[in-house]
Amino acid sequence: MATQQADAGDGTRSEPRRVVLAGALTIDRAAGLERLLAEEPEGALEIDLAAVTRLDTVGAWLVHRALRDRPGSRVTGASADARRLLAEVAEADQPCSIRPDTRPAWLRELEKAGAAVIAAASTMGAGLGFVGTVLLVTVRTAVSKRGIRWHAVSRQMEETGIDALGIVGLMSFLIGIVIAQQGAVQLEQFGAQIYTINLIGRATFRELGILLTAIMVAGRSASAFAAQIGTMKLNEEVDAMRTIGLDPVEVLVVPRVVALTVIMPLIGFYASILAIIGGGLLCWTVLDIPPASYVQRIREVVPMSDFWIGMAKAPFFGAVIAMTGCFQGMQVVGTAESVGQRTTMAVVQSIFLVIVLDAFFAVFFTAIGFV
Amino acid sequence: MAEAPSPAATPGAAPVISVRGLVNRFGSQLVHDGLDLDVMEGEILGVVGGSGSGKSVLMRSIIGLQTPVAGHITVFGEEMTDPSRDLLAVSRRWGVLFQAGALFSGLTVAENVQVPLREHLALSETLMDEIAAYKIAMVGLPGEAGAKYPAQLSGGMRKRAALARALAMDPALLFLDEPTAGLDPPGAAAFDELIATLRDTMRLTIFLITHDLDTLMRICDRVAVIAEKRVLATGTVAELTRLDHPWIRDYFLGPRGRAAAGARLAHAGARGS
Repeated sequence: MATQQADAGDGTRSEPRRVVLAGALTIDRAAGLERLLAEEPEGALEIDLAAVTRLDTVGAWLVHRALRDRPGSRVTGASADARRLLAEVAEADQPCSIRPDTRPAWLRELEKAGAAVIAAASTMGAGLGFVGTVLLVTVRTAVSKRGIRWHAVSRQMEETGIDALGIVGLMSFLIGIVIAQQGAVQLEQFGAQIYTINLIGRATFRELGILLTAIMVAGRSASAFAAQIGTMKLNEEVDAMRTIGLDPVEVLVVPRVVALTVIMPLIGFYASILAIIGGGLLCWTVLDIPPASYVQRIREVVPMSDFWIGMAKAPFFGAVIAMTGCFQGMQVVGTAESVGQRTTMAVVQSIFLVIVLDAFFAVFFTAIGFV
Repeated sequence: MAEAPSPAATPGAAPVISVRGLVNRFGSQLVHDGLDLDVMEGEILGVVGGSGSGKSVLMRSIIGLQTPVAGHITVFGEEMTDPSRDLLAVSRRWGVLFQAGALFSGLTVAENVQVPLREHLALSETLMDEIAAYKIAMVGLPGEAGAKYPAQLSGGMRKRAALARALAMDPALLFLDEPTAGLDPPGAAAFDELIATLRDTMRLTIFLITHDLDTLMRICDRVAVIAEKRVLATGTVAELTRLDHPWIRDYFLGPRGRAAAGARLAHAGARGS
């Protein structure tokens, strides 16, 4: 590659030092060449390219840089090709910003925090507006001549509800077993193993059956809604609907919200029953409580109010999950990356909202006397 | 207009890419059936064909993204269908411009250009920044573009940025998949010029898929027509228009083909005067 020859020189300081480069001056040898040229003492160079066999733009750039930074330097022995490459990179030597933001880090962090606050506030506003729009459009559609698109609703019910039966059922069954097992271990210390059944029955119907189902549905369906609607927005399908005179909220959002609102109590009930069965199985095998007495005891200890409280919460959870998913889908703009971000946000926000809503219901029902 | 020697005129030149008996099949659909193609050093080969004729599949087969059912592909003398091939060594010598650019969306343009440099070489930060800067200038992007994210660029600028990344390693071979698709006519013409200039300065061999008749007539040395699951004919545009094949005649001598040819003559006339 590059060899250097310190010119014997006659001592005149104006004479540039001679550097002979040989072989291939290509990107693979750029690191060595850069070092070699940097090690040359200050002052002008005379770079001899006569023995260079191959030159690419990176090699030419390094030569160009030496010429640029060391006034008075020159190149000798360059072939026509080499001269053209040198001219080409010299022309491309223009100021270019490399780093996106060169302001101090604290300022950028501050700005990021401010932007996040503004974004959160405007999302909240837009979200409230969206809920209002969906309610209005639902009512308007329901009373209109065309009515709600029940075909779309039933398809959404199948996708969000029927298709989820397997995973929701398995999860609830296992949760029932876990509650029973942990309850039995703890209550055994007081000799109150029989109260395991109270624990399973009340926890399942009032809270866990519905809440865990809602979380599972949020993970499955809120993400699906955001991704489906977001992709349609990217493909301009949503815009196409508007130009044909279809209201995207009516066509895309209302069926999903109605479907999830209707199906949620049903899968919530199904999940609760499977949790009861799971708990019963454990009671039978570990605590030797026969199924007949287990069912009898469940009927005695679980008040109907527990069941109704659970069922009353479910439609609200369904509506919140569907609206969050659709809202995030509608917020997609620009790139495919945004679909991913919005899908993630749909899952996180819908699970968060479901838990907030559940806490609110817990306080509410206690306050009005359903203990 | 570079009048590169046609491969027939330089029998000694070895092809950079050589495809023999390529067969590609998706399920029951046969895409290529015994396709042969050579790309010579220093030429711009235009690949044309109807939609769905397998132009992109051919490119993906050559660059190793698609494993063919049968056939042999050599690039720089390396057998690409051999599973034990050294793909990394070959891929360092080529650059690929995908149809939509395929820039990494989480990185700025300059960082995109630096990705191959960082991955393959141990260069100083300063040198990498300088390389990114001059490559960005070479493809005709303004200096501010370096710090921007792909989403902030227009379609034409994104193509140029993607070209800068394809050129990052100073490749000897460049694959371009519809480089001018989606660009406005002045933008497409400027991009054609850019490709021709880069070929001349960097001594590139270019494999170019296009639907753009202007691109074919202005910068391609040879054109390969893909139809009926193989390469139907190769040659200059003038040679191809003399062939008596309905699809080729429709393609080059249809209304749009004639318009592009007329524009080219006018262009050459303006230059000559």
